[in-house]
Amino acid sequence: MLIYFIKRFFEMIPTLFGITLISFFIIHLAPGKPTDVFSELNPKITPEARERLEKYYGLDKPVIVQYGLWLKRVARFDFGESFSTDRRPVMQKIWDKKQPITERKLFITFMLNLIEMVIIFLVAIPIGISSATHQNTLYDRITTVSVFIGFAIPSFWLALLLMMLFGVYLDWLPVSGLKSMNYDSLSMAGKLLDRLRHLVLPVFVASFGGLAGLSRYMRSSMLDVIRQDYVTVARAKGLSENKVIYRHAFRNALLPLITLLGLSVPGLIGGSVIFENIFGIPGMGQLFYNGVMARDYPLIMGILTIGAILTLLGNLLADIGYMLADPRIRAR
Amino acid sequence: MKKTIYFFLLLIVFSGCKGKPSGTLQTDLKNNADGPSYGDALIEGTIGEPSILIPMLASDSASHNVSGLIFNGLVKYDTDLSVIGDLAESWDISKDGLVITFHLRKGVKWADGVEFTADDVMFGYKTIIDEKTPTAYKEDFLQVKKAEVLDKYTFRVTYEKPFAPALTTWGSLIILPKHLLEGKDITKTDFARNPIGLGPYKLSKWVPDQELILGSYKDYFEGRPYIDRYIYKRIPDPATMFLMLRAGEIDMMGLTPLQYTKQTETDYFRKNFNKYRYPAFQYTHMAFNLKHPWFKDRRVRQAIAYAIDKSELVDVVLFGLGSPATGPYVPNTWPYNPEVKKYDYNPENARQLLKEAGWEDTDGDGLLDKGGRPFKFTVFTNTGNKLRENTATIIQWKLAQIGIKMEIRKLEWSTFINQFIDKKRFEAVILGWSISLDPDQYDIWHSSKTREKELNFISYSNPEVDELLEKGRRTFDINERKKAYFRIQEILAEEVPYIFLYVPDATVIISARVRGIKPSPIGISYNLPRWYVPKGLQRHNIEPEP
Repeated sequence: MLIYFIKRFFEMIPTLFGITLISFFIIHLAPGKPTDVFSELNPKITPEARERLEKYYGLDKPVIVQYGLWLKRVARFDFGESFSTDRRPVMQKIWDKKQPITERKLFITFMLNLIEMVIIFLVAIPIGISSATHQNTLYDRITTVSVFIGFAIPSFWLALLLMMLFGVYLDWLPVSGLKSMNYDSLSMAGKLLDRLRHLVLPVFVASFGGLAGLSRYMRSSMLDVIRQDYVTVARAKGLSENKVIYRHAFRNALLPLITLLGLSVPGLIGGSVIFENIFGIPGMGQLFYNGVMARDYPLIMGILTIGAILTLLGNLLADIGYMLADPRIRAR
Repeated sequence: MKKTIYFFLLLIVFSGCKGKPSGTLQTDLKNNADGPSYGDALIEGTIGEPSILIPMLASDSASHNVSGLIFNGLVKYDTDLSVIGDLAESWDISKDGLVITFHLRKGVKWADGVEFTADDVMFGYKTIIDEKTPTAYKEDFLQVKKAEVLDKYTFRVTYEKPFAPALTTWGSLIILPKHLLEGKDITKTDFARNPIGLGPYKLSKWVPDQELILGSYKDYFEGRPYIDRYIYKRIPDPATMFLMLRAGEIDMMGLTPLQYTKQTETDYFRKNFNKYRYPAFQYTHMAFNLKHPWFKDRRVRQAIAYAIDKSELVDVVLFGLGSPATGPYVPNTWPYNPEVKKYDYNPENARQLLKEAGWEDTDGDGLLDKGGRPFKFTVFTNTGNKLRENTATIIQWKLAQIGIKMEIRKLEWSTFINQFIDKKRFEAVILGWSISLDPDQYDIWHSSKTREKELNFISYSNPEVDELLEKGRRTFDINERKKAYFRIQEILAEEVPYIFLYVPDATVIISARVRGIKPSPIGISYNLPRWYVPKGLQRHNIEPEP
């Protein structure tokens, strides 16, 4: 088992390498350079000045050389300096050691995604089970329709609607951001409450869209299991319906969901880009969006690499979880 | 996606603005006659965050807005666009226009208490011309032949050739505290995010991607600013920003034409906010590739100018918030010539001119043709600029009426510039220019500036214009300059290398509790330190600055 584990871990390295290689080239395929933003059609910039700027950023070298240099730095866990005019190290932008941990971008995005994931699982699994056990009833139809509505509604649109309602008309919740202006003067409990109030809308919006997929998977997986012989046996033994469903069927139905858990990581990180911008949450998603707009290659690559690592780790964890849960796989 | 957001906002705002009673702001803001008073905070919403607060290294408007409050220059523009002293009390220009001697104000202190002297100016100058400084503003300073510190309060520069825009380059880009930065690598120093300036505000806290809090500098040489704190709050989504304004969480933001004319026209906004509008220093134009055989013919360009109704564009695209342009300058500024040939909408004239140029509909398909080829061309514009896209659509419709088929192609900015503009692979484009406050537009119109990456991308060439451009930048005499630029505008109006479409207005909304705002041709923020909130209306006094 340990050997399998180590093998899996080392398999991740070439995958990661491949991801960064492809990402790097695709980014550079897009026309334009980071210097374009302020040098194109700017009367104050002469062609010589433009060349100097490009040289300053190392953009005059061929892409493959630039990738080599990037790789060399990353091998030492250094993502280089951002191309934006502040020239801060990418690592500092993502994980600023000078700030309290709750203010660091990676932490903010990671925690938000974690909270969402927990909420999605806590809500979607019961919905999935109950719609499976009440298959084709009115309840099943209503839940199906509502989770699909959640899936279909564009999240930015829903977010704006809710901001209008709760932030402007009812004035119950803050419209955006992660904390209020007077945050520093609040008591410990006040700070916690302030944070929670800011989190309600973004977490709701982000989770709502994720319910559909998972609850449908849960439903169909449950339906598969319910038709199995051992469930019939359990029923024939005279076990109560609850025991049949939760002790025998549920555990087996849960297996495919573990895989889904690993697969959902990239989707969540991608989603962060959109709703962090709408809700003004200063996380990694927003940073990424700005980086893309400014063609800030080191920053984009840094975040992509971290995203890739998180995804690969998610997959690895899912596989391990699967192994722990399913003896048939452990045996291999 | 943007489009959808705006459309949606339009819907909800139309349907819902009768909503809640004024909420947090209850006092009658507009009828408080109290005089100026210190205190309160002004919260401005912004989409982009400053990236660096050293003016000469900054390239984005957010950085310049904020660093402009922290640093001052030797000279600045007055509200009528004349140049007045800022850190320089006065200056002398030698007769031949080659030597400028600045006499600095005495007793001005950096925020850390050290006195500002000519050495600081020299240090800034040396930094900006340094090979290693990655700045976009080097060129103006490379024209300086010699710079010298005559004494503590006198600084002199000598130019190779007289260069009229030279004076104004000594604005806020250049002044840096020598005592803090000498011997340091300006691109690596902590100063960029923690600057010490001598302007009306100083940075007290910067939470990246969230907000910058600036506190007033009590010893500011023009007097302590009234408003204690200026908070620059980053809200990346424009729709969210408008909701925050509505909820009273921010005091000030720029408005889109739609927001200005429709969404803020409610009782709530009228009671709690003031709106300001003034011409922005930019114009939108339709430019022709003058190497193109059809557009080489002046009559064709004039015909298209007659076929476009500029006031209609202003009304429809800008919701009336702007004015038709007649040349490359902003109306009511000194270089602007109001007496040039105007192309009032006249499709008959257009048809006539096209006929003279040989364009007629001979095969009856509704399109003009010449030598068997129908008049069809493509106009390029960049994606993401709704105003330009709408402009293009309206022009397309207008040209169809006189028998010209114009296709519209939208391109991403970098692709557009690199693949099409730089390589001159276009027939016509719709673009805009930001106009500097100095009227020198040598780079845009001079016939020597037509190489790749240079700005005369339409290949415009007129010996008289070349000469006038040269003359305009070589004399300091404002009347001489005015004559030159007036004549240039006449020629441009006659030759129509661009069709100058419109000058949009900048539109800003500010909480009604803020007083002392005086709109001028250069905008409103020039006297920000003199803005105030009457005592009874102050809202944010929780943490007074030490």
